[in-house]
Amino acid sequence: MAKNSIKIKAKNKGEKTEVKALIKHNMETGLRKNKKTGEKIPPHFIQEVKCEHNGSVVFTANWGIAVSKNPYLSFKFTGGNKGDTITVSWVDNKGKTDSNSTKVK
Amino acid sequence: MTMKRRTFLKNTFATGVLGVAVGAGLLKPSDVLAAWPESAFAAKSLEDALSGLNAGSASDSGKIKIKAPDIAENGAVVPITVSTDMSGVEKISVLVEQNPQPLAASFDLTSKCDGFISTRIKMGKTSDVVAVVQAGGKSYKAKKTVKVTIGGCGG
Repeated sequence: MAKNSIKIKAKNKGEKTEVKALIKHNMETGLRKNKKTGEKIPPHFIQEVKCEHNGSVVFTANWGIAVSKNPYLSFKFTGGNKGDTITVSWVDNKGKTDSNSTKVK
Repeated sequence: MTMKRRTFLKNTFATGVLGVAVGAGLLKPSDVLAAWPESAFAAKSLEDALSGLNAGSASDSGKIKIKAPDIAENGAVVPITVSTDMSGVEKISVLVEQNPQPLAASFDLTSKCDGFISTRIKMGKTSDVVAVVQAGGKSYKAKKTVKVTIGGCGG
Protein backbone atom coordinates (compact mmCIF):
# COMPACT_ATOMS: atom_id res chain seq x y z
CA MET A 1 0.00 0.00 0.00
CA ALA A 2 1.34 3.33 -1.00
CA LYS A 3 2.29 5.74 1.75
CA ASN A 4 -0.32 8.11 3.04
CA SER A 5 -3.44 6.26 2.05
CA ILE A 6 -5.20 8.43 4.62
CA LYS A 7 -6.16 12.07 4.35
CA ILE A 8 -7.23 13.68 7.60
CA LYS A 9 -8.73 17.04 8.43
CA ALA A 10 -9.32 18.06 12.00
CA LYS A 11 -10.98 21.35 12.83
CA ASN A 12 -11.58 22.86 16.22
CA LYS A 13 -14.86 24.71 16.70
CA GLY A 14 -15.03 26.03 20.22
CA GLU A 15 -15.32 23.03 22.55
CA LYS A 16 -15.63 20.43 19.85
CA THR A 17 -13.23 19.05 17.35
CA GLU A 18 -14.47 17.52 14.15
CA VAL A 19 -12.29 14.95 12.46
CA LYS A 20 -12.80 13.89 8.85
CA ALA A 21 -10.77 11.13 7.26
CA LEU A 22 -10.64 9.77 3.75
CA ILE A 23 -8.89 6.45 3.20
CA LYS A 24 -7.81 5.05 -0.13
CA HIS A 25 -8.76 1.39 -0.17
CA ASN A 26 -10.44 -0.99 -2.61
CA MET A 27 -12.87 -2.44 -0.04
CA GLU A 28 -13.44 -5.61 -2.06
CA THR A 29 -16.52 -7.46 -0.77
CA GLY A 30 -15.68 -10.99 -1.86
CA LEU A 31 -19.10 -11.19 -3.50
CA ARG A 32 -18.06 -9.72 -6.83
CA LYS A 33 -17.06 -11.96 -9.71
CA ASN A 34 -14.31 -11.48 -12.22
CA LYS A 35 -16.31 -11.11 -15.41
CA LYS A 36 -13.69 -12.87 -17.58
CA THR A 37 -13.03 -15.96 -15.49
CA GLY A 38 -16.24 -16.14 -13.46
CA GLU A 39 -14.22 -16.60 -10.30
CA LYS A 40 -14.99 -14.68 -7.17
CA ILE A 41 -12.65 -11.85 -6.27
CA PRO A 42 -11.42 -12.52 -2.73
CA PRO A 43 -12.55 -10.09 -0.04
CA HIS A 44 -10.14 -7.34 0.91
CA PHE A 45 -11.50 -4.68 3.22
CA ILE A 46 -10.58 -2.55 6.21
CA GLN A 47 -11.70 -4.09 9.47
CA GLU A 48 -10.63 -1.59 12.05
CA VAL A 49 -9.88 2.11 12.06
CA LYS A 50 -8.44 3.68 15.19
CA CYS A 51 -8.41 7.41 15.83
CA GLU A 52 -6.10 8.77 18.47
CA HIS A 53 -5.95 12.19 20.05
CA ASN A 54 -2.54 12.99 21.54
CA GLY A 55 -1.77 9.28 21.75
CA SER A 56 -4.97 8.02 23.39
CA VAL A 57 -7.73 6.30 21.45
CA VAL A 58 -10.93 8.34 21.19
CA PHE A 59 -12.76 6.54 18.43
CA THR A 60 -12.68 3.07 16.89
CA ALA A 61 -14.54 2.00 13.79
CA ASN A 62 -15.20 -1.67 13.03
CA TRP A 63 -16.08 -2.12 9.41
CA GLY A 64 -17.60 -4.90 7.34
CA ILE A 65 -17.70 -5.39 3.60
CA ALA A 66 -20.55 -2.93 3.08
CA VAL A 67 -18.44 0.16 3.60
CA SER A 68 -17.84 1.97 0.31
CA LYS A 69 -14.65 1.92 -1.70
CA ASN A 70 -12.25 4.68 -0.59
CA PRO A 71 -14.16 5.06 2.69
CA TYR A 72 -14.99 8.33 4.37
CA LEU A 73 -15.31 8.71 8.11
CA SER A 74 -16.23 11.60 10.33
CA PHE A 75 -16.76 12.05 14.06
CA LYS A 76 -16.72 14.76 16.72
CA PHE A 77 -15.21 14.86 20.17
CA THR A 78 -14.73 17.32 22.99
CA GLY A 79 -11.45 18.23 24.61
CA GLY A 80 -9.33 18.90 21.55
CA ASN A 81 -7.23 22.02 21.16
CA LYS A 82 -5.55 23.65 18.21
CA GLY A 83 -2.18 22.08 17.53
CA ASP A 84 -3.10 18.69 19.05
CA THR A 85 -2.12 15.58 17.15
CA ILE A 86 -4.75 13.35 15.57
CA THR A 87 -3.58 9.96 14.36
CA VAL A 88 -5.70 7.66 12.23
CA SER A 89 -4.63 4.08 11.52
CA TRP A 90 -6.33 1.14 9.85
CA VAL A 91 -5.92 -2.64 9.60
CA ASP A 92 -7.49 -4.70 6.82
CA ASN A 93 -8.46 -8.38 6.66
CA LYS A 94 -5.13 -9.27 5.04
CA GLY A 95 -3.22 -7.74 7.93
CA LYS A 96 -2.08 -4.69 5.98
CA THR A 97 -1.95 -1.50 7.89
CA ASP A 98 -1.28 2.21 7.47
CA SER A 99 -1.44 5.32 9.57
CA ASN A 100 -1.18 9.06 9.23
CA SER A 101 -1.43 12.00 11.56
CA THR A 102 -2.29 15.66 11.42
CA LYS A 103 -2.56 18.69 13.68
CA VAL A 104 -5.89 20.11 14.77
CA LYS A 105 -6.60 23.41 13.04
CA MET B 1 21.41 -12.28 -14.28
CA THR B 2 21.68 -15.65 -12.58
CA MET B 3 21.80 -14.02 -9.15
CA LYS B 4 18.74 -11.98 -9.84
CA ARG B 5 16.90 -15.03 -11.01
CA ARG B 6 17.84 -16.83 -7.77
CA THR B 7 16.67 -13.94 -5.63
CA PHE B 8 13.46 -13.76 -7.56
CA LEU B 9 12.76 -17.45 -7.06
CA LYS B 10 13.57 -17.25 -3.36
CA ASN B 11 11.22 -14.34 -2.85
CA THR B 12 8.45 -16.05 -4.75
CA PHE B 13 8.85 -19.13 -2.59
CA ALA B 14 8.82 -17.12 0.62
CA THR B 15 5.62 -15.31 -0.36
CA GLY B 16 4.10 -18.65 -1.31
CA VAL B 17 4.73 -20.11 2.13
CA LEU B 18 3.27 -17.06 3.84
CA GLY B 19 0.25 -17.22 1.57
CA VAL B 20 -0.31 -20.87 2.49
CA ALA B 21 -0.02 -20.03 6.18
CA VAL B 22 -2.70 -17.36 5.84
CA GLY B 23 -4.84 -19.69 3.73
CA ALA B 24 -4.62 -22.48 6.28
CA GLY B 25 -5.82 -20.12 8.98
CA LEU B 26 -2.50 -20.15 10.82
CA LEU B 27 -2.11 -16.41 10.54
CA LYS B 28 -5.56 -15.01 10.87
CA PRO B 29 -5.77 -11.23 10.89
CA SER B 30 -8.77 -11.62 13.19
CA ASP B 31 -6.40 -12.83 15.91
CA VAL B 32 -4.85 -9.40 15.91
CA LEU B 33 -8.23 -7.71 15.99
CA ALA B 34 -9.76 -8.91 19.21
CA ALA B 35 -12.42 -6.22 19.22
CA TRP B 36 -13.77 -6.91 15.75
CA PRO B 37 -17.21 -8.53 16.27
CA GLU B 38 -16.82 -11.34 13.75
CA SER B 39 -20.12 -13.09 14.49
CA ALA B 40 -22.09 -9.87 14.05
CA PHE B 41 -20.43 -9.10 10.73
CA ALA B 42 -20.84 -12.65 9.42
CA ALA B 43 -24.56 -12.72 10.28
CA LYS B 44 -26.85 -13.10 7.29
CA SER B 45 -30.02 -11.69 8.80
CA LEU B 46 -30.83 -8.49 10.64
CA GLU B 47 -31.88 -10.34 13.80
CA ASP B 48 -28.65 -12.36 13.96
CA ALA B 49 -26.57 -9.25 13.39
CA LEU B 50 -28.41 -7.41 16.13
CA SER B 51 -27.96 -10.22 18.61
CA GLY B 52 -24.28 -10.41 17.62
CA LEU B 53 -24.04 -6.81 18.76
CA ASN B 54 -25.92 -7.61 21.99
CA ALA B 55 -28.69 -5.38 20.72
CA GLY B 56 -31.37 -8.00 20.06
CA SER B 57 -33.79 -6.21 22.37
CA ALA B 58 -33.13 -2.72 21.02
CA SER B 59 -36.13 -0.44 21.43
CA ASP B 60 -37.22 2.15 18.88
CA SER B 61 -36.17 5.64 19.73
CA GLY B 62 -37.00 9.02 18.28
CA LYS B 63 -33.78 10.45 19.58
CA ILE B 64 -31.71 8.92 16.83
CA LYS B 65 -31.45 10.87 13.61
CA ILE B 66 -30.39 9.15 10.41
CA LYS B 67 -29.39 11.42 7.61
CA ALA B 68 -29.41 9.50 4.35
CA PRO B 69 -30.74 10.20 0.86
CA ASP B 70 -34.36 9.11 0.16
CA ILE B 71 -33.23 7.85 -3.22
CA ALA B 72 -29.65 6.76 -3.79
CA GLU B 73 -28.75 6.76 -7.46
CA ASN B 74 -25.65 4.68 -6.89
CA GLY B 75 -25.84 1.97 -4.23
CA ALA B 76 -22.06 1.71 -4.11
CA VAL B 77 -21.77 5.03 -2.33
CA VAL B 78 -24.57 5.97 0.05
CA PRO B 79 -23.67 8.71 2.53
CA ILE B 80 -25.04 7.97 6.00
CA THR B 81 -24.89 10.21 9.05
CA VAL B 82 -26.19 9.04 12.41
CA SER B 83 -26.53 11.49 15.25
CA THR B 84 -28.15 11.41 18.65
CA ASP B 85 -28.27 13.74 21.62
CA MET B 86 -28.22 10.87 24.13
CA SER B 87 -25.43 11.01 26.66
CA GLY B 88 -22.94 8.22 27.30
CA VAL B 89 -23.09 6.75 23.83
CA GLU B 90 -20.83 3.70 23.67
CA LYS B 91 -21.50 2.34 20.26
CA ILE B 92 -23.21 3.31 17.03
CA SER B 93 -23.83 0.64 14.41
CA VAL B 94 -25.18 0.95 10.89
CA LEU B 95 -27.06 -1.98 9.37
CA VAL B 96 -28.66 -2.47 5.98
CA GLU B 97 -31.52 -4.95 6.21
CA GLN B 98 -31.40 -6.25 2.64
CA ASN B 99 -27.63 -6.57 2.26
CA PRO B 100 -26.11 -10.09 2.15
CA GLN B 101 -24.42 -9.24 5.44
CA PRO B 102 -26.57 -6.61 7.14
CA LEU B 103 -23.99 -5.12 9.49
CA ALA B 104 -22.07 -2.46 7.57
CA ALA B 105 -20.16 -0.71 10.29
CA SER B 106 -19.94 -0.42 14.03
CA PHE B 107 -18.27 2.49 15.80
CA ASP B 108 -16.92 2.36 19.35
CA LEU B 109 -17.13 5.75 20.98
CA THR B 110 -15.30 6.88 24.08
CA SER B 111 -16.81 9.30 26.60
CA LYS B 112 -15.17 12.22 24.80
CA CYS B 113 -17.07 11.57 21.59
CA ASP B 114 -20.34 13.13 20.53
CA GLY B 115 -23.14 10.85 19.43
CA PHE B 116 -22.29 11.50 15.83
CA ILE B 117 -20.81 9.45 13.00
CA SER B 118 -20.73 9.90 9.28
CA THR B 119 -19.59 7.45 6.63
CA ARG B 120 -20.42 6.03 3.22
CA ILE B 121 -21.80 2.53 2.71
CA LYS B 122 -22.78 0.12 -0.05
CA MET B 123 -26.35 -1.03 -0.55
CA GLY B 124 -27.35 -3.94 -2.76
CA LYS B 125 -30.92 -2.82 -3.25
CA THR B 126 -33.69 -0.71 -1.77
CA SER B 127 -33.73 -1.37 1.94
CA ASP B 128 -34.21 -0.03 5.43
CA VAL B 129 -31.09 1.39 6.98
CA VAL B 130 -31.08 0.63 10.69
CA ALA B 131 -29.02 2.65 13.13
CA VAL B 132 -28.38 1.09 16.54
CA VAL B 133 -27.17 3.23 19.39
CA GLN B 134 -25.92 1.63 22.58
CA ALA B 135 -25.84 4.04 25.51
CA GLY B 136 -25.73 3.44 29.24
CA GLY B 137 -26.09 -0.32 28.83
CA LYS B 138 -29.25 -0.07 26.74
CA SER B 139 -29.83 -0.36 23.03
CA TYR B 140 -31.93 1.88 20.85
CA LYS B 141 -32.64 1.77 17.16
CA ALA B 142 -34.15 3.81 14.37
CA LYS B 143 -34.60 3.16 10.69
CA LYS B 144 -34.98 4.92 7.40
CA THR B 145 -35.81 3.55 3.97
CA VAL B 146 -33.37 4.32 1.18
CA LYS B 147 -34.35 3.56 -2.40
CA VAL B 148 -31.51 2.31 -4.55
CA THR B 149 -31.64 2.52 -8.32
CA ILE B 150 -28.29 0.84 -9.06
CA GLY B 151 -27.02 -1.78 -6.59
CA GLY B 152 -23.55 -1.64 -5.13
CA CYS B 153 -22.96 -5.26 -4.08
CA GLY B 154 -22.03 -7.95 -6.56
CA GLY B 155 -22.11 -7.29 -10.28
